[in-house]
Formats: sequence, structure tokens, C-alpha cells
Amino acid sequence: MTVTPQAGVAARSANLKVSPRSEGYVSMVWRRFRRHPGAIAGSIILTLIVLSLILVGFSPYDPDASNMAARLQPPSLAHPMGTDALGRDYLTRVLYGGRVSFSVGVMVVAITLLIGVNVGALTGYFRGWLDTVLMRLTDAFLTLPAFLILILLGAILREIELPIFERNNVVTIALVIGLLTWMTFARLTRAAILTLREMEYVTASQSLGASSFQVVFGHILPNMIGLLVVEATLELGYAIIEESGLSFLGFGIQPPTPSWGNLLSNASEHFVKHPWLAIFPGLMIFLTIISVNYIGDGLRDAFDPYKVLKKVGQV
Amino acid sequence: MGQYVARRLLQAVLLLFILSIVMFALVNLAPGGPLAGHGQTRHVRAERVAILKRQFGLDKPLPTQYLIWLVGNDWMRVDLDGDGVPDEYGTRKGVIRGDFGFSFRTRNPVWVEISLRLPNTIYLMTITLLVALVIAIPVGILSAVKQYSTFDIAMTTFSFAGQAIPEFWLGLVLILIFYAWLKNPFTGEPLLPAGGMYSLGGEFSLQDRIVHLILPVTAGALGWIAWYSRFLRSSMLDVLHQDYLRTARAKGLDERRVVFIHGLRNALIPLVTMFALDVPYVITGAVFIETIFSWPGMGRLYYQSAMQRDYPVLMAILVISGALMILSNLLADLLYGFLDPRIRYD
Repeated sequence: MTVTPQAGVAARSANLKVSPRSEGYVSMVWRRFRRHPGAIAGSIILTLIVLSLILVGFSPYDPDASNMAARLQPPSLAHPMGTDALGRDYLTRVLYGGRVSFSVGVMVVAITLLIGVNVGALTGYFRGWLDTVLMRLTDAFLTLPAFLILILLGAILREIELPIFERNNVVTIALVIGLLTWMTFARLTRAAILTLREMEYVTASQSLGASSFQVVFGHILPNMIGLLVVEATLELGYAIIEESGLSFLGFGIQPPTPSWGNLLSNASEHFVKHPWLAIFPGLMIFLTIISVNYIGDGLRDAFDPYKVLKKVGQV
Repeated sequence: MGQYVARRLLQAVLLLFILSIVMFALVNLAPGGPLAGHGQTRHVRAERVAILKRQFGLDKPLPTQYLIWLVGNDWMRVDLDGDGVPDEYGTRKGVIRGDFGFSFRTRNPVWVEISLRLPNTIYLMTITLLVALVIAIPVGILSAVKQYSTFDIAMTTFSFAGQAIPEFWLGLVLILIFYAWLKNPFTGEPLLPAGGMYSLGGEFSLQDRIVHLILPVTAGALGWIAWYSRFLRSSMLDVLHQDYLRTARAKGLDERRVVFIHGLRNALIPLVTMFALDVPYVITGAVFIETIFSWPGMGRLYYQSAMQRDYPVLMAILVISGALMILSNLLADLLYGFLDPRIRYD
């Protein structure tokens, strides 16, 4: 029996339909992620931390009301992390501080993604003079003494009473940190786009008449989502450390609003006599950062986002 | 090559110039200007503040102030007694002639303030970085050579922990353990001092100096050890899988020679350039470590100046560290090309 070429193609495509569906992207990532013990442990700890930050709203203690009769008590069943110099339950304070630190972290991730991805997409896709100008700007930002400038901005802005930026609130601190740390996203996006724009499916959609916006945001960005997720995870940890450090020095979130950094800073006055005041906020920062870093490491293994860059030698 | 360096240096000067304008504007954005602190906290009368403003030249428009900061004021008459009438030619030479002006806090020239702190920072940071490298390099090599061994897993875990511990918390915990809790069994004194460079009032003694170094160096070096060892491990692993290493083994070289002569030399190239990027910290210091351990260095000077709005000092440190960052970036690029001849500049 002779088989015409057309029949062969039909048979093969029919064959494709009955073959078991290939594994989806998400389930592949999840399967690889599960193999990383550190990432799993990190996910569990981070989930617990986030849950407790949400549930602290039900705490029987008011985070701001002082109770001088119960001041500076060591950890006990009633106060698992003790009480502070004004008799406030320290666990409640630390968890409310965590809400503030996490809000700053999440906002910084959003801001850096917004700036970085747009700068990177503009430079990588359009090239030309815009590329030169924006990449020079990125290089310039990378050579800034970022933390010193953060201190300076914090010191100036904590005097300012504007409606949105009132005395170093969460928005102000997140904006300041975000404006100084978007460069990694810009560089990664640019490198990925330089690679991906040469792919056949991009050429195909361009020839079908897709606009630049559709190509970049509809076809290129979805293919570098792994890269962005990994970097965003690490950026969350980085932002929380920056905020804590800034608040520790007194140039970040201002008391009475608690944050992990300014709780530590308040503790440093009498921590030799009352060590729990210094131990717990720092322990929370440490646990958060190490979990986030392990999750980032696991995600990197799972997405293998650099695969696409390595192939063409961009990274 | 020469052309490349010249172009990069020109770009660096331009970048620093723009940077200094931006930072000058930022510094003067503060409500009420740099003297806002006077007149409120110290109960200085408003007329007195006005006189101070004229004496510091703060009554002039911002562009003029910037010009004076940059090139000095010896070409114009300045108001020495603050009565609103210009008296004599100024004496400031401006930043381009190496004059950063006077500290608001101490009224000393900024250079005097910096030269008092700089040696202390270089002393602390050099030792911290050396300790970090001396520990991180063997750890990194051994981790890579014995990949997935117990040692490697332990060190990788340690490295994750070391990178996640905030420096400022580590400092406090170290003080708790070695100053508050552990006591010298013979004298009953705290085992290690909680801060300072040496014991006050005592004679110079090497032992006293070393004892004061232990905690700040430990707190400062841990993060660097974690980072450098992990970095060296991964660059060593890259090298160990290269063809030329297989060739070296095939020639019959013994494993030690393969690892240290053929492997390590190539694996160190990225580490050296990484290290070049960290050199500015030897000058600008570590803000957290110096603040926590009351170390009279540049980082603490910056912190104190930010607290007390000593803007001339802040500007000076920012410009110096900006210049150092730019130079160390250039140095890192050049080193990379020097160590790896495959790299070409254009």
C-alpha cells in the first residue's frame, strides 16, 4: 500500500492528538521546585510568617496602647516575645512591624518591576539612540553609592509633611528604595529581549502586523516570566533588608509606626538588660530573608530562566 | 586601550559633575534649608539665623551656591560678619581645587573631619576584607572540588545564612553574647569590649587593639565570607568542567596541580573583578558596623552628619564615594581584560 505524503501528514497529526498531552509549564516548574528541600522549607516558613502577619489583626493586644504596669517583661505564655518599654505586647508589635516591612518590600518589587521592565523593553526592543541614553542612565544609577544616598534621602524626607509622603511613611520609603534599585530588572529585561526578538515566533507575529506593544507585552514578556519571578523574589528580600537597615539608623519608617528595623533600633538602647527586644525583630528579618533567598534559588532551578540567555551567549 | 581608558575617564568626570548637581539639589531640598535645625532645637533667634545664613553664603540663589561649592569664592566679595554688606574676597577654593568647605557641626574644614576618620576606617575595613578573603577562598575552592559533600552542603547552608543575617542585628547579637553574657573567668570583666578602637586612658597595646577588633571584624566579615565563598564556588565549578582541565588531567598532571594551577587561576578572575568593586568600602566604611561598635570612622561620620544635617560633610563623602565607585568600576573592567586576554575593548 502506498501512502501519499498528505495522508502521512494527516496520520502524524492524528497521532499527535491521541498521544498523551505533554506536561504543562506550570506543572513542570512545580515538579522541579519540589525537588529543592531548601525552597520547600523556605516556602513553609514564609507562609507561616505571612499568615501570622495577617492574623495579628485578631491579637488581644493593642499594638500602640501602653500598659506601664507590664513594662519590660521577659517572654512568657501571655507575652511570647515579652513586652517593650511601654508595656506593649512585643509579639503584636513585631507582627505589625512585619506588616510594614512586607508592605515596603512588595511595593518596592512593584516599583522596580514597573521601571525596570519598561526601561529594559524600550532599550532592548527599539535599540538606537534611546538604547544608548537609557543604558547610560542605568549604568550611572549602578555606580551610585546607593545606601549613602538612601540615608540622605531618608534624612531629608523625614522632615517633609506632604499628604502622600508624610514623614517617611511606607509609600515614601518604598519609592526611594525602588528608585535606587530598578537597574537589575532593566538589564535582565534588555538582555532577554535582545535574545527573544530574534526568535521565529516574534518575526512571525511582526509579519502578521502586530504592533510593537503587542510583540513586547504579548509575546516576549510571557517568555521571560521565569526570569522576572526569580528576580522579583530576590528583590523582595533585598528591599526588606534595605528598609530594616534604613529604619534601624532612624532614617526609615518613623516610630510609633513599628517596622522590624526601628524596633531593633529602639531595642539597642536597653538590649543588654532586655535581650528579647533585640533578638525577635532580627530573627524575623533573618527568617524572612533566608526563606526568600531559598525560594528564589528553588525557582531559579525550576524555571531555569538563564537557559534562554545562555543559548545565545547574552549572560 | 589608551583611548578606551581616556573615554571612560571623560565619561566618569561628566557623570560625577551631573551627580554632584543632583546631590547638591537634593541636599538643599530639605525644608528650611541646611540651617533649619538651628533656630528650632537650639533656640537661636531668627536674626542670628539670618546672620549665619549670610556668613555661610546660604542667602544666595542655589546655582550660585553650587558654583561656589564647585570653584570656590575667591573671585567674589563675601559677607564675613553677616550684616548684608560684602566685605572681602572669599577664601574657599572649591571642590575642583580640593576644598570641600567647612563642617556646619564643628566649623572645621571638611578635610580635617575626614582625615581624622579615614585612617580608622581603612584600618578596620582592610582587616575585615583580608579576613573575609583568607576564609572565603579556601572554603570556596574546597566546596567546588568536593561538590555535594557534607562540607559543601554545610558551607552552602552557612553561606545562605550569612547572606540573610542583617549586619546590624549580627552586631547586636555579638555584643549580647560576648559582652553581656560571657565573662572573662579570671577577672569577671566582659569577655570582649562592646565598642571603640581601644580602651580609653590605657597605654597603646597590641593585645588591646586586637581585642577591640574581634567583634566588628566578625560582624562585618561574615556577609562577605558568605558572598565571596559562594561566588568562588560557582566560578570554580564552571572552570572545573572546562575542556582544558580535562586536557591537563589527561596529560597526567596530579590533581593538586590541576586544581590550583590550571583551575584556580582562571576561577579567580571573576573574583578579582568582584573584589575591585568592593574596594570603595575600604574608604567609605561600613555605616552599620561603625555605628553599632562606636568606631570613629567614615561610616559613622556620615551617619552623624546625616543626623545633624551637616551638609558640607555629607556632600564631600557622597562625591568621594561616587568617584571611587566609578573608578572601581573602570578598574574592574580593565582588570578583567588584563587577566583574561580574550576580552577586547572597543
